[in-house]
Amino acid sequence: MALSYDDVIAKYEPVLGLEVHVELNTESKMFCSCSTTFGGEPNTQTCPVCLALPGALPVVNAKAIESSILIGLALNCKIAPYSRFSRKNYFYPDMPKNFQISQYDEPICFDGYVDVEIETEEGPKQFRIEIERVHMEEDTGKSLHVGGATGRIHGAEYSLLDYNRAGIPLVEIVTKIVPGTGKYAPEVAKAYVAELRDILRGLKVSDVKMEQGSLRCDANVSLRLIGSGVLGTRSETKNVNSLRSVERAIRGEMIRHAELLNDGQKVKQETRHFQEETGLTRSGRSKEQAEDYRYFPEPDLVPVAPAATWIEELRAQLPERPSLRRKRLKEQWAVPDKEMAAMINADVLDIVEETVLLGSDPTKARTWWLGEISRLANEKDLAIADLSITPKDVADIVALIAAGELTDKLARQVVEGVIAGEGNPAEVVAKRGIKVVNDDGALMAAIEKVCAEQSETADKVRNGHIPAAGALIGAVMKETKGQADAARVRELLLGHLGQATN
Amino acid sequence: MINKTAAEMSNALAKGEVTSVALTKAHLDRIADVDPKVKAFLHVDNENALAQAAAVDADRAAGKALGPLAGVPLALKDVLAQKGVPTTAGSKILQGWKPPYDSTVVAKLKAAGVVILGKTNMDEFAMGSSTENSGYGPTFNPWDLTRTPGGSSGGSAAAVSAFQAPIAIGSDTGGSIRQPAALTGIVGVRPTYGAVSRYGLIAYSSSLDQAGPFGRTVLDTAMLHEVISGHDPKDATSINAPVPAVVAAAKSGNVKGLKIGVIKQLQGSGYQTGVLARFNESLEILASLGAEIVEVDCPSFEFALAAYYLIAPSECSSNLARFDAMRYGLRTGDVDGASAESVMNSTRESGFGREVKRRIILGTYALSSGYYDAYYGSAQKIRTLIIEDYKKAFTQADVLVSPTSPITAFKIGEKSEDPIAMYLADVATIPVNLAGICGMSLPAGLADEDNLPVGFQIMAPAMQDQRLYQVGAALEAALVTKWGGHLISKAPALGGAK
Amino acid sequence: MSSLSRDDVAKLANLARIEMTEDELVNLASQFGSILDAVARVQELNLDGVKATSHPQPLENIFRQDVVLPSLSPDQALSGAPAQEDQRFRVPQILGEAE
Ligand SMILES: [Zn+2]
Repeated sequence: MALSYDDVIAKYEPVLGLEVHVELNTESKMFCSCSTTFGGEPNTQTCPVCLALPGALPVVNAKAIESSILIGLALNCKIAPYSRFSRKNYFYPDMPKNFQISQYDEPICFDGYVDVEIETEEGPKQFRIEIERVHMEEDTGKSLHVGGATGRIHGAEYSLLDYNRAGIPLVEIVTKIVPGTGKYAPEVAKAYVAELRDILRGLKVSDVKMEQGSLRCDANVSLRLIGSGVLGTRSETKNVNSLRSVERAIRGEMIRHAELLNDGQKVKQETRHFQEETGLTRSGRSKEQAEDYRYFPEPDLVPVAPAATWIEELRAQLPERPSLRRKRLKEQWAVPDKEMAAMINADVLDIVEETVLLGSDPTKARTWWLGEISRLANEKDLAIADLSITPKDVADIVALIAAGELTDKLARQVVEGVIAGEGNPAEVVAKRGIKVVNDDGALMAAIEKVCAEQSETADKVRNGHIPAAGALIGAVMKETKGQADAARVRELLLGHLGQATN
Repeated sequence: MINKTAAEMSNALAKGEVTSVALTKAHLDRIADVDPKVKAFLHVDNENALAQAAAVDADRAAGKALGPLAGVPLALKDVLAQKGVPTTAGSKILQGWKPPYDSTVVAKLKAAGVVILGKTNMDEFAMGSSTENSGYGPTFNPWDLTRTPGGSSGGSAAAVSAFQAPIAIGSDTGGSIRQPAALTGIVGVRPTYGAVSRYGLIAYSSSLDQAGPFGRTVLDTAMLHEVISGHDPKDATSINAPVPAVVAAAKSGNVKGLKIGVIKQLQGSGYQTGVLARFNESLEILASLGAEIVEVDCPSFEFALAAYYLIAPSECSSNLARFDAMRYGLRTGDVDGASAESVMNSTRESGFGREVKRRIILGTYALSSGYYDAYYGSAQKIRTLIIEDYKKAFTQADVLVSPTSPITAFKIGEKSEDPIAMYLADVATIPVNLAGICGMSLPAGLADEDNLPVGFQIMAPAMQDQRLYQVGAALEAALVTKWGGHLISKAPALGGAK
Repeated sequence: MSSLSRDDVAKLANLARIEMTEDELVNLASQFGSILDAVARVQELNLDGVKATSHPQPLENIFRQDVVLPSLSPDQALSGAPAQEDQRFRVPQILGEAE
């Protein structure tokens, strides 16, 4: 029986738990020196270690440790003075060793929190999401399922394995259970993942592209009767690969659980898969028995014991917290609420800030990125960040407009040209011959005045002594307080004195 | 020529008295003659060995600087990856696999100009003490072809003992170098854990495994020890410290003023009479050379075997998970409609031998939820106690000693149906592995009751490997004088050309 | 006396992905009593307060720099593959779902 969301929250309180996997953007893999570049030809980024050839041994990537500690610090975690890697044993063809090197009872970071703010009917409201642990592990290879209708694993005749992604460093960020979000659970979860993404981006430790899977979220949801102290059975939804999906998946699971509970049925503790098309989840294949991962300390790797001085050095490097930064920028740039929200939504805050730092007026920078450039990105179905226009280009364009060399209308052509790959703004201007038509009337007045005042010189020019024009041009420039385009002045002057320009 | 020591071969090569090609050919001939009886080799690499030898000869002719072992032939335990050469770890599951890379030990051997004759037989994945657990049939002890050479490095030990190679590489997880050295009358050393890179050593038990040298003399063993040692950034457990001066120590054996500790727990009941007699005789010799003999107490050693047979199987159950028929090695059961899972199940069933499966199951059990603390967890704590026992003992003595093996070489088939009896063969060697320290076995003579070799074990603290050689060389010199030659010269000729 | 039943061994064999024959299961179960008795000696001592040793040498913080080195060629990577297609390892249909 179909329930509305309002029905659900009238009776039940949701309890959340979120596990986010982040691919670090190191150059090389977690335990070997293979490249992590995305999209290489199959099995071109493998070696004895990441193929688990007999005899090969892992060695930890120092950058991955550093990134993990930075993440922990940014999430207000404690950093373990001593932690170890463990082996998580289970068989799966995309995992060459048939164990994953992970961290089990000794994660590198633990006990942190993230504050998020969402808009509610009662105005902005803050929620604290407590972090249980941040630990390091490695990604698996990719399988291509051949035969069968959908390319999915079910019904496939066989599979083809590519281990380029096997061993890419992953950091898993696990929250404690999150109670008390009430009807805002989906929004809080979305805001948490968004905040996490911004923090990670600020740290420059990951590409945090949910569409490419470099940030992946698993959402645990359970319901309990309002006022009851007893936790309900949870489901774990995987494949939640956009911010919007986080919100949809949790809302959907809340409704599904409530329907089961209202019908007197039990919620099964199981893994579910989020389906982007329907917004619903489907049940994963249930395992015949609970997995027993037989964790034990990885004997091939020695403990990680970061020195306190190193941790403090890293702490000192932490960038400004995204929420504080947003507050600061909003004030500095005097951005109205709505516009600020639009910038965050369109994900252009970084790019606008860079543009401003290159000398652009904040309002102009924002307007260009949110306006024309966003429009072109939409048209091309690309993310703004994927367009070939840079903050420097935009800053240059804003400067050209300020200097009167471009009008807004012409500037739009320049933007289009830059995005079309015609070069930087100056090059586009030159190639396309874009030029502001100056107020020739005012210039002509100045030229006539100067020619009258310096008639002897003007006559020399009239008689073909072109070099003499220099003095006249200088005088005109002086007359127009340097705001005239010298080339245009020369052109008009020579024309006025009956000399062709070349 | 093949009867000479590696040090003598090295001299002869340096002086131009012999070429590496001739030396290599002589050994390949010996292998062709006697290996049908001994079965020490799984793969004899005639072509590459001769090519390598020719290259060393050319380098020497060109006046290039060469290491002391350049041009000397060697037998390599099949547990080490060698690029392009079949590498099986004695298992059917790896039949036909040719690694696309060299283990660090092999890379170092190649860099030193050592000629690799081929890959030697071993208990499958180094699990065993007799080489009977090889997927390719047993190796026979050159002293008595009805007996085992010990294991798991039985092929390497037998090859050196049968003069098929002057030196060999083995690996020692619970005694797999020292015990076969003892049973075949040669010298074998398990270096300090972390002193020799494990990169490319097919893992049995990662926290216990260590490759090491075999030789017919203490000096030969030291020369090989030096070549394969040293820090390796590809092995995170590799020790970044200078290699102990083992060759210098082997050249200046001396025990005057040294304290030698006899471990109370590693003698007595369960040890063969002839083994104890030779052991005590060696102690007397050491005392006569000026060493002070003291007794030390290591009460936790009583639990070492139990701890070992939890830790090693646990680690192996995980290390051997990669043999799954997906990326390399054997694949069976791939019939129409088979699943990846069923192929894995079938391949691991048919590709692994009985002992390997036994240890995988034991390890899976010891790590499984609900049993971890009682088994694996307790074993790791026993390990701590054993380390502490050693620490204390090494405050009382410079080196510790014991018989290497409680018994001499046993008959093929004698213990293969009784795993516990087989496990007891390692009772005296296992504590070294659990503590990560170093140990040597060298010949102490023949047991009176069976005329088979007895091994004398010397143990030293981590990265004090030179002490093994210092003491070993002194004892060896005294014994050689007493015997009028090396013990190995008493080994049967096997009817091959000598 | 410790012991494992035939079914216990079957469960472990399943976890270890080894498809054992009935004979093997029964045989192994019968041997396990004495093996477990032998290894259970580790429980005889009072080990309260004793630290567990996972690594024989007291090493810590062994890292490599984040530098890319050449990988194997795809030919080398696939050289041991029981089956391959389109530069990928070809494996029979996978029944289980990824983690
Ligand atoms: Zn790799």
